[in-house]
Amino acid sequence: MPPSLAKKIAIYLGAALLALVIALPVLWLFIMSISSSTHLTTLPLQWWPDSPTLENYRSLLIYAENSPSQSFLYAIRNSIIIALAATGLSICAAIPAAYSFSRLPGPGRKNLLYAVIAIFMLPPVALVLPLYTVMSALGLLNTHVALIIVYCSILLPFATWLLKSNFDTIPGDLDEAPIIDGANRLQAIWYVILPIARPALGAAVMMSVLLSWDEFFYGLLFTNDIRSKTITVAIADLAAGRVADYGLISAAGILAAVPPVVLAFFMQKTLVSGLASGSVKG
Amino acid sequence: MISHRKTVTAWLLLTPMIVMILGVSGYPLIKTIYFSMTGAKLVAPDLTDSWVWFHNYVRALSSANFREAIWHTTYFAVISVGAEVVIGVMVALLLNEVFVGRTLLRAMLILPLALPTVVNAMMWRLIYNPDFGALNALLVQLGLLDAYRSWLGDPATALDMVIIADVWKNFPLVALIALAALQTVPKDLYEAATLDGAGMWNRFWRITLPAIMGPLSVALVLRTIEAFKVFDIIYVMTRGGPASSTKTVSFYVYQEAFAYMRVGSGASYALIVVLISACLIASYMYLIRKHGEA
Repeated sequence: MPPSLAKKIAIYLGAALLALVIALPVLWLFIMSISSSTHLTTLPLQWWPDSPTLENYRSLLIYAENSPSQSFLYAIRNSIIIALAATGLSICAAIPAAYSFSRLPGPGRKNLLYAVIAIFMLPPVALVLPLYTVMSALGLLNTHVALIIVYCSILLPFATWLLKSNFDTIPGDLDEAPIIDGANRLQAIWYVILPIARPALGAAVMMSVLLSWDEFFYGLLFTNDIRSKTITVAIADLAAGRVADYGLISAAGILAAVPPVVLAFFMQKTLVSGLASGSVKG
Repeated sequence: MISHRKTVTAWLLLTPMIVMILGVSGYPLIKTIYFSMTGAKLVAPDLTDSWVWFHNYVRALSSANFREAIWHTTYFAVISVGAEVVIGVMVALLLNEVFVGRTLLRAMLILPLALPTVVNAMMWRLIYNPDFGALNALLVQLGLLDAYRSWLGDPATALDMVIIADVWKNFPLVALIALAALQTVPKDLYEAATLDGAGMWNRFWRITLPAIMGPLSVALVLRTIEAFKVFDIIYVMTRGGPASSTKTVSFYVYQEAFAYMRVGSGASYALIVVLISACLIASYMYLIRKHGEA
């Protein structure tokens, strides 16, 4: 039965509305980022700059001491280091744990898995005070190490869970065979499971990097200056600054959004199927 | 023997994870409980400890400001998640139809999701700006508004404006989950129902909604747990103001512990938040056990 004309019109109207709702705010952020600050503070507001400029991007990306670019570029560097290190550390611990949960179930392990998921969902305010006092006692405040360790509390449960539900879909005979032939579990994981689970591993790495890049609460509390401030903290600083240069703030926002948005579009299929499977099964 | 060896292997493989989780989550959680019964201060917390039993909790629960923060958080969670679910399902129904541009539109849903929370908050703060913001300009130029308003500066509108920003970022998550669930509903069910004379409304309530209810309820609880933690977007957009009208519990704990340096009472606030979250997490666990093992 072909859809009626009225239904077709309704569908296209709905689609157009949805596209506008999603695109307009981001498009406006982009337009602000290529406008001069005088243009943005002229009333009545014009929707397109007379002379689009890349000046805002230039002043963020070309390094100069004691300028916005200094804190911005350092923040990008810090976020990259912290995201990669925390992801690597978490994935290394998550792989054997996920394998154990998936292949060697037993009393206690099931409840442990649920406990791990519950911990992942705890509000950070439940953990932040002791973590802060310990990091302070160890002299680790305002270092990359502090955030790398703390981010594991978010990434590790998440990665373990995601990998476990993927390992569940791999037939058990595949890794039992080499074990009967005398291989140990770590070899079975390395040579049999991981090559098959490569897409899921990719998804776990990507989601972990996204989660670290997005993190703000711990970053705000555990860092003080350019040596360790992450990109989210730098953006919040800019947005709260006394000199409100809207164009510059927008450009910083666009630049901070580019890596996660590109990553997410690039791995769209994995992201969507990961979301879907995570919501359907435990 | 074999099964004994398997058990040992199982725990050995779990060891790195267990050690890390105990270090970064287990120990801190217990220490937070300890702090909550002391008068610890942020500066040199171990020197100024004094055991106060449940005094902090009594004070927290009798504090009108804290109760107000719980109310703001509940309001934020209920309204934003409610809107996300309704809009998300509508968008999923739309994207489940066949039309030109569908793939592109589905890809666009990734954009709000992937945008960092802090960037999203900053973007909406600029849009809402009372003097030069795009929202004011748009509404005035369209003739819908007489004069510029301070959307985030007015206690009557601030929290709702923050909610709009949060819904914009998170409805795609619900939409994508609902869409994946919709695609598993067999098409002939609808045809049979149509032949039996069921209208669109009936088909939605009798077939579509029951079919996607499982994943949808999981998404709903997940979003509620997240919404209850809300901090980033509040910090960047309003810092809890104006007149504490957007102060949520996470922001309250943050202020108590890190601005007023009262770790002990901050910890007791945090644990009350944990208890509320625990109820939500328990219902989530119930849902995934029910749907995951059926």
